[in-house]
Amino acid sequence: MNEVLIYAVVSLGTIGLVSAVILFFVAQKFKVFEDPRINEVEEVLPSANCGGCGYAGCHAFAENIVKAENMEGFNCPVGGAEVMQKVAAVLGLVAEIAEPMIAVVRCNGSFSNSPKKVQYDGIATCASASVLYAGEGGCSFGCLGLGDCVTACNFDAIYINPETGLPEVNSKCVACGACVEACPRDIIELRYLGKKERRIYVSCVNEEKGAPAKKNCAVACIGCAKCFDVCPFDAIVMKNNRAYIDYEKCKLCRKCVEVCPTNAIHEINFPLRKLVVKEESVKATTQETAMKVATPEKQENNTKES
Amino acid sequence: MKTFQLGGVHPPENKLSSEAKIEKLALPKQVTVPVGQQLGAPSIPIVAKGDLVKVGQLIAKASGFISAHIHSPVSGKVFKIDETYDTSGFRRPSIIINVEGDEWMESIDRNDEIRREIKLDSKQIIDKINEMGIVGLGGATFPSFVKLLVPDGKKIDFLIINGVECEPYLTSDHRLMLEKGEEMLIGVSILMKALKTEKALIGIENNKPDAIENLEKLANKFTGISVHPLKVKYPQGGEKQLIKALTGREVPAGKLPLEVGCVVNNVGTAFAVYEAVQKNKPLFERVVTVTGKSVKKPSNFLVRIGTPIKELIEAAHGFPEDTGKIISGGPMMGKAVLSTEIPVVKGTSGILLMPDVESKRKESNTCIRCAKCVSVCPMGLEPFLLAKTAKLGKFDIVEKELVMDCIECGSCAYTCPSNLPLLDFIRLGKNKVGQIIRNRNQK
Repeated sequence: MNEVLIYAVVSLGTIGLVSAVILFFVAQKFKVFEDPRINEVEEVLPSANCGGCGYAGCHAFAENIVKAENMEGFNCPVGGAEVMQKVAAVLGLVAEIAEPMIAVVRCNGSFSNSPKKVQYDGIATCASASVLYAGEGGCSFGCLGLGDCVTACNFDAIYINPETGLPEVNSKCVACGACVEACPRDIIELRYLGKKERRIYVSCVNEEKGAPAKKNCAVACIGCAKCFDVCPFDAIVMKNNRAYIDYEKCKLCRKCVEVCPTNAIHEINFPLRKLVVKEESVKATTQETAMKVATPEKQENNTKES
Repeated sequence: MKTFQLGGVHPPENKLSSEAKIEKLALPKQVTVPVGQQLGAPSIPIVAKGDLVKVGQLIAKASGFISAHIHSPVSGKVFKIDETYDTSGFRRPSIIINVEGDEWMESIDRNDEIRREIKLDSKQIIDKINEMGIVGLGGATFPSFVKLLVPDGKKIDFLIINGVECEPYLTSDHRLMLEKGEEMLIGVSILMKALKTEKALIGIENNKPDAIENLEKLANKFTGISVHPLKVKYPQGGEKQLIKALTGREVPAGKLPLEVGCVVNNVGTAFAVYEAVQKNKPLFERVVTVTGKSVKKPSNFLVRIGTPIKELIEAAHGFPEDTGKIISGGPMMGKAVLSTEIPVVKGTSGILLMPDVESKRKESNTCIRCAKCVSVCPMGLEPFLLAKTAKLGKFDIVEKELVMDCIECGSCAYTCPSNLPLLDFIRLGKNKVGQIIRNRNQK
C-alpha cells in the first residue's frame, strides 16, 4: 500500500519537475516583451474602444503611441486635452493640444422645409433607403432621417428630433466620427467645436442647381456664391453648386450668414443680433427668411446642437 | 410538363390585360429621353439644344463596350439637354425633345409587309443590332449585341427565347407573341444566325395557351425553332431558372449562361431584332402594359421611349382613386416610382397601379424559423440567414453565403409568414458586398 503511494508521489513529482524545467527554458526562449508603458497608457485612456483615434480600440492606440515615441498625429477625441496630457506624462513627452471637434449635421431639410412628397415603407436604415430612392422630400442629397447615425453612436450623443425628422448632436459628442462613417450621404462632418462653442457652417450638401434644389427644400444652398464673394478670409469654397466653409480658415465673422438668401448658413451659439428690421426684409420675410432677423426660429437654431 | 426544380412561388396571376390588343399610343407633346437607359455606361448626347431631329435619328452614342446607342423616338426640336428625375427620384442627364409632326428617317422601312429573307451574315447582324441600340427588353436592359459575341472556343447549343412572362399582371410579351408571332420568329432566326446555332427553344408558361398555339403553328415554317410549354411558377423568367427548366443545365454560381452553351433573349428583344435587321428600325418604341385591379381599362400600348407615364395612365382611362403605389414593372420585381412625370425607358415593361390596401406593407413579426424562404429560393440560398447577417452588418458572412447569386426575385419576402422584409436586407447586403468586392479588386 505504502509502496503505491510512494511510486505515485515520486513519479508525479518527477513529471512535474521535468515539465517545470522544460517550461522554464521554453518561457525564456519564447518570451514576448511588452513595454509596461503600454498598459500604463491604456489605463489612462477612457476605454471607450470607439475607434475615434483611428486605431482599433484603446489598446491598439496605446501600443502605437508607445511605439512611435512621439505625440504627433495621436489624439484621443474622447478624452481630449486632459487625457492626452496624462498620456504625455506617462511617456515623458509634451502633449500637443488638438482643437476639440464636434459632429455637425449639414442638412436642414426638416418636415417644414422639405415637405414629404412620397412615403417610404421599406426597412428603416439609411443605407438601404439611400440606394433605393432620393428621399421623402425629393432631395437626393439630404438626410433620410432613418437614424443610421443614431445606431452608430456609442455615446448617446445624436438623436432624431421627432419634430424635424433630422438628427441633432448634443454636448455628449466626442467627435469619434462613427456617425460620419455611418451616414450614406456624407451629411455629417466633424468641425472645430469653436471658441465658446460657436460655429458657422453651410447646412446643406446638395449639389443640384438652384431651381430644382429650391423646389425640393426651402433652405437649400443654391450655389449663388454670395457668401463666397463676401467672405474676407477666403474660407468659403464653391464646388458642385454648393458652398462649403473651411473651418480651419473661418474666423466666425458672420458676414456670410447675413447674405445667404436661403438661410442655408447656420450660426450656432452666437448672441442674438440687434433687432434692426429693414423695410425690404420685412417685405421679403416668409417664415424661413425670418431667420435673418432674430426670431424664435433662429433661437431654436441656436440652441440646436448646444 | 417542364419547370425548374428548386424553389419558386405561385403568386396570383392577375393578367387583366391579356385580352387587350396592342394599341398605338398617340404622340406626346414632349419626350424625355434619359441617356442612361441601359445596363452599363450612360450614352453621350451628340445633339445640341435647338437641333432638329427625325424619328430614328441617333441622338446619343454608346460610351464604352457595355453601352448602347440611343435614337430619337420622335421628330422635332431638341428643347434642352438637362437633368431630369428618374424612377427613384435621382437626377440623371436626359435629352428633352419637343414633338413636331412625325417625320421618320428615310432609311427605316415603314412597310407593314413581313420581310422573311435574312440577307446579312452573322457579323453584319451583330453590328446592325449594336447600331440600332437594341437592349434586352425583359427588364435588365443589357446591350443585346454583347450577348451575341461568343468568345472563341465556346459553342452555343441553344438559343433560348424567354416568353415566360412570369411576373403577375404583365402581358406585353404575351400580346407580342400573339400579334407579332411571325415577325418575332424571324427575329429568332436572325439571332440563331448571329450565334451560328441550330436550335432555338421558346419557353412559354401554360397560362398563355393561345400564345403557345399560335407560335407552335408558326414555328412549323421555321427550322430549328421549337415551342415548349412550361408549368407556371415564379420566377421562371429568370435566366438561370429558364435554362434549367428547358435544358436541365445549371449555370454555375457567378458564371454566365454562356458557360453551359446557352444564350437567353426575351421575345420583345427578338421582335426588336427583327425590326432592326429587316426594317432598319432602331429601338425607340416598345410595348408597355398599363394595369391594376382598379384601372378602368387595362391595356397594352405601343409607346415611344420618353413618353411620360402619366400619358399612359391617362390613355388607360385615368388614375383610379384608390391608387397607393405606382410600380414600374411587375409587382414582384418592379420598382415604385416617385412621380408620374418620369418617362418610359427601354426597360419599362409595365406600369402597375396598386390599390392602397394591397400596396401597404404588413406589419412584420419575428422569424419563426419555418424555413419557408429557404424552400422557395430559386437560387438555393438561405434568405433568412442573409437578411439576418446583413442586418447585423456581418458582411463577410453575407458574402460567404453567396449573396451575389441572389436574383432579387422576392420569393422569400413573398412567402414569409412573418412578413419580414427579407429582400430589403438582402439587397442591402448585396449592395455592401458589391462595394467590398469592387474595393478589393481595385487594390
